[in-house]
Amino acid sequence: MKSFELVRPRTLDQAVTELAAGGAMPLAGGQDLLGELKEHLADPERVVDLKRLEGLDGIDVDGEGNLTVGALVTLTALEEDPRVRERFPVLAEAAASVGSVQIRNAGTVGGNLCQRPRCWYYRTEDTPCLKRGGTECFSYAGKSKYNAILGGGPSYIVHPSDVAPALRVLDAELELRGPGGERRVPVADFFTLPSEGDVLKENVLEPGEIVTRVRVPALRGTWRSGYEKFRERDSYDWALASVAAALRVDAGRVVEARLCMGGVAPIPWRVAKAEQALLGPLRDESAWTAAGREMVRGAEPLEHNGYKVPLARAMIVKTLRRLTT
Amino acid sequence: MTERRVEEERRGFSRRAFLQGAGGVAAASSLTEAVHAAQDPASEVQRMRGPEEVELRVNGGTLPATVEPRTTLLDALRHRVDPPLTGTKLVCGEGACGACTVLVDGRPMYACMLLAADVVGREIRTVEGLADGDGLSPVQEAFCEKDGLMCGFCTPGFLMSATGLLERKPDADAEEVRRALSGNFCRCGTQPHIFEAVAEAGRRLREGGR
Repeated sequence: MKSFELVRPRTLDQAVTELAAGGAMPLAGGQDLLGELKEHLADPERVVDLKRLEGLDGIDVDGEGNLTVGALVTLTALEEDPRVRERFPVLAEAAASVGSVQIRNAGTVGGNLCQRPRCWYYRTEDTPCLKRGGTECFSYAGKSKYNAILGGGPSYIVHPSDVAPALRVLDAELELRGPGGERRVPVADFFTLPSEGDVLKENVLEPGEIVTRVRVPALRGTWRSGYEKFRERDSYDWALASVAAALRVDAGRVVEARLCMGGVAPIPWRVAKAEQALLGPLRDESAWTAAGREMVRGAEPLEHNGYKVPLARAMIVKTLRRLTT
Repeated sequence: MTERRVEEERRGFSRRAFLQGAGGVAAASSLTEAVHAAQDPASEVQRMRGPEEVELRVNGGTLPATVEPRTTLLDALRHRVDPPLTGTKLVCGEGACGACTVLVDGRPMYACMLLAADVVGREIRTVEGLADGDGLSPVQEAFCEKDGLMCGFCTPGFLMSATGLLERKPDADAEEVRRALSGNFCRCGTQPHIFEAVAEAGRRLREGGR
């Protein structure tokens, strides 16, 4: 790690001012940042520690059932919160699937959403890939086993967050704070495809801007939700493919369905047609298969990740079978 | 771990030796400043630019350590406190193996992925803090009896993860034990014995061991 100045603001205004001054990176749980610093993927002059900011480490459910999660809430706290487990199981399960116990005890919700890609070309100091200002995504012609089958190009990273697909099916919003003030952005609009946004970033955060809170609207009616994740190494790992699903059930029928995949695209991948395919009788295997087909429609696997297409379909069937049993 | 990171680790060690030799008086005055800063209620931005003497709360005591902003907790424990606490191991250095697991406020975390300056004021427990004199903790005893180690290099990390689990949940079932230990790797393959040891330690703790 290169030397840096450790800056500890007490207020959000101080934090965004420090971050906006340039050459600075935010530190929360540090589980991604320290890796970046050690591998010299990032060499900030200043690291701005956000942990002394007040009011960002709480989980709150209001009288109407709306959930607010501070960006500094650890993944363990989210996973263990009885209200989250009861009302938003997909979110508790996603948090529980992140990394290992040690990582979840330190890692935060905000950090999980803003973590950088895990692509090995990105993570290797000696390969200045497209995501690090180079001219080429090496996975395209190189080893592409873990890369995107959907939404790729010119970079083929997959977004590594487990929390993001869960928040996507909960129609959550993120509260952001930057030098220009506060704004709210739906999770649906937060992540950016490499072809649409700045290829050096994975989201719409402006310089100096940070995620401060996650807001999840109450689920009205009877919902079943869950998160399934397939890993190459079962002890702990990032997803090769994961599925977040939420179904509103009424009189034995699915009347509303939301499906989002992780591990297959540079952003959480949600497909309206896949969701529509699920409307109807609660347990309908042909609907699950149809949803899987719609989810991977247009997939363009690279040389080594074709397996993700049947894997994604199978994970959707597995998730829906569990939620409807 | 890359050669560059090994080199950085080594450099950190020589710096400590230098500071020990040359910086006694300076370190004492900067310690006073650090304590005042920590008590200062003013909402000012705190800045740490270079080496500073901080106090780490480790195993029930307070240890002074000169750390830089970039110094990890692992580096501080192994090279910057006196005497060094080398029970906590450096293996991967990137939060992937669990050999450096310590308890921070009772929760297992990777010491290689925490900045030392960032855990000032939090209660840190290392493998050195498990035994009471010559009396091993129930988890340590069970590891010995169930042969829960081979080369032993990963053992301190496993002990801390197991302790962190059982202190919160002495009745953890087999699945919970496996999950709690999934962030620790044993290349010798002693996991089955480790799982038995943790189950046995849980039984003893439930029956009123310490």
